[in-house]
Amino acid sequence: MGIEPATALAGKDLVGIATLEPGEIQLLLDTAEQLLEVARRPIKKVPALRGMTVVNLFMEPSTRTRFSFEVAEKRLSADTLNFSSSTSSVTKGETLFDTARNLMAMAPDFIVIRHPNTGAPHRLAGVVSASVINAGDGSNEHPTQALLDAFTIRRHFGSLEGLTVVIAGDIRHSRVARSNAFLLTKMGAKVRFAAPASLLPVEVEELQAQPYHRLEPALEGADAVMMLRIQMERQKKLNFPSMREYFDFFALTPERLRLAKAGALVMHPGPMNRGVEIDSEVADGDQSVILEQVTNGVAIRMAILYLLAGGRSESAAGS
Amino acid sequence: MSRLLVRNGRVIDPVQGIDELMDILIEDGRIATLGREIKAVDAPELDAEGLVVAPGFIDLHSHLREPGYEYKETIETGCLAAAAGGFTAVCCMANTNPVNDEPAVTRYIMEKANRAGAVKVYPIGALSKGCKGDELAEIGEMVRAGAVAISDSPNPVANSLLMRRALEYCKSFDVPMIVHPQDELLSDRGAMHEGRVSTRIGLRGMPGAAEEAFVARDILLAEFTGGRLHLGHLSTAGSVEAIRVAKARGSRVTCEVSAHHFSLTDEDVAGSNYDPQWKMNPPLRTDEDRKAIIAGIADGTIDAIVSDHAPHHRDEKEMDFADAPFGISALETAVSLALDRLVRPGVIDVPALVRLMSVTPARIVGVPGGSLAEGSPGDLTILDLERSVTVDPDLFVSKGRNTPFAGVTLQGGPAATVVGGRVVWQR
Repeated sequence: MGIEPATALAGKDLVGIATLEPGEIQLLLDTAEQLLEVARRPIKKVPALRGMTVVNLFMEPSTRTRFSFEVAEKRLSADTLNFSSSTSSVTKGETLFDTARNLMAMAPDFIVIRHPNTGAPHRLAGVVSASVINAGDGSNEHPTQALLDAFTIRRHFGSLEGLTVVIAGDIRHSRVARSNAFLLTKMGAKVRFAAPASLLPVEVEELQAQPYHRLEPALEGADAVMMLRIQMERQKKLNFPSMREYFDFFALTPERLRLAKAGALVMHPGPMNRGVEIDSEVADGDQSVILEQVTNGVAIRMAILYLLAGGRSESAAGS
Repeated sequence: MSRLLVRNGRVIDPVQGIDELMDILIEDGRIATLGREIKAVDAPELDAEGLVVAPGFIDLHSHLREPGYEYKETIETGCLAAAAGGFTAVCCMANTNPVNDEPAVTRYIMEKANRAGAVKVYPIGALSKGCKGDELAEIGEMVRAGAVAISDSPNPVANSLLMRRALEYCKSFDVPMIVHPQDELLSDRGAMHEGRVSTRIGLRGMPGAAEEAFVARDILLAEFTGGRLHLGHLSTAGSVEAIRVAKARGSRVTCEVSAHHFSLTDEDVAGSNYDPQWKMNPPLRTDEDRKAIIAGIADGTIDAIVSDHAPHHRDEKEMDFADAPFGISALETAVSLALDRLVRPGVIDVPALVRLMSVTPARIVGVPGGSLAEGSPGDLTILDLERSVTVDPDLFVSKGRNTPFAGVTLQGGPAATVVGGRVVWQR
């Protein structure tokens, strides 16, 4: 593997895919490849972040992303602090800047932030000296998810160049869809968004994605299909009428999956609604890489922490 | 007898068709004489050589925050900011705490303004009790106490029947209804304009159609009822076009735009890295919208330019974009923006600006002013068209330092403000 000094990312923030260069994405994916191996060791730990402190600031409910970060941090020997709250700072009466100042008083090296509102990590990054990692902000970005998705796809196809990836479901306010669209198109893949227009953002072409209002035509010739969670509780039945109708027209079923290329990957960022956006037969089928995504997520998050800490990719998995 | 003699200014009074070098003598708070080389009298003199002297500018759309939100602004600091911004009068919105929905609050505001003693304050009464949009407030009582218009702004009037009834009811008191046209169900918790930029940067958007749908509804209801409608701070090309069409068929509606809507666009939001100093309602729109507003100003479709002064405490903008409140502290930048963005490039001339910021606002709310005719109020806005102004929020007189214009250099600004023959602010 071509080794380049990783200083490109050292000391930086990772607030979104929109501001990453293709070379930086490449470096993150390559580094994750090396770190994947750590999970297979009897002692799953490397000392790369020994003595460093990571604050996990989760201001919106999250299980898998938070756990994935924690595992990644522990495998790199970092000290971790966890703060979870389902209320945003404003309802607690504390400003985002106050939260930032309080955190900095504890001198962390990293702040991993999940926030219900767009731009909070960007604002935070502007006022703290620690490296800020966005673990999902509002309806904006979820860069670590997009990186792990791309990593998963690349492991199967060797490259992202020229692939066609379908993202289907509740896309309008989906940070997963947006980060994936930014990343995949930067790396030379084609992205299709498939959903009724009531679940799509306006001016979709701004994200370099092709909009499809039905799933079937979007699936034709697809190399990977990413199904997004339908959040019934948020819909108020204004965006689509019922789960039954959604399943009938927009869910990924075995029949619909056959429209994609043979061996097309089935992906889901989780948590899944079986029987709403995805048929269980597909979710548990041969083409599903849904659990691989979870495993890969740890490696990607290790790679991010490692590179932002100033590590060099050639020694990523060294002991 | 109190007097003030303003010497050698370029005196502009569009109503009388005056635009020439003259002196103005103000006696006992009223314009006494306009003429060349008025003989020296026993009066303090103000040298206005090289400056424009215009009838006092009247801001139709300000939030002065008192009572209730004195930590954001008081009537006193708001009045002083208005004076420093070149306004001699401000109309203040009713969304205080308590809401100005009854005459006692109206009188309280007027007393506080008198005590502040800087500029004139004309309270705007709430349209509905608590600005909640359910039932009519005591409009007649508030008008008797001194309210000059009725508005629930920044709340839209969601209920079309209430909108109709208010337009009808206001006819008994000859006051205009000022609305914030926006279908809030359609704007759906948006924080910026919905379009290419919101899709790109991932902020929730509110579509232009949410404004335009209510502009259209309100024009139709105004025509149907014969009520007096003034559409607040329009922001989209479609709204401007709807007004243009309505006026062409003889509709009596009037409208205003804020200075920031002809100065900034949603691309500036993108450039701010999610800084809520760029968060306002209506939101900054596209460059097409901005250009349409400028075209509407140039062709007379737009009747007035306002500040939409919405001061907030520093803490309230130290938030992420969605959690921060809407609005900017605008009294001290609106006039400079109008001079720099409209007069300097020749979109309009100075007399047209005086119409937009003095003559027509006075007519819309039916207050004295907007003219330099003998006997008119001795209220003058004195402008320096050449002065270079670099916006520094730390130097604001307003308590609100929330502005997206920090560090921006503009050409032209107020030089002195005279209210009732008294110099209330001078550079």
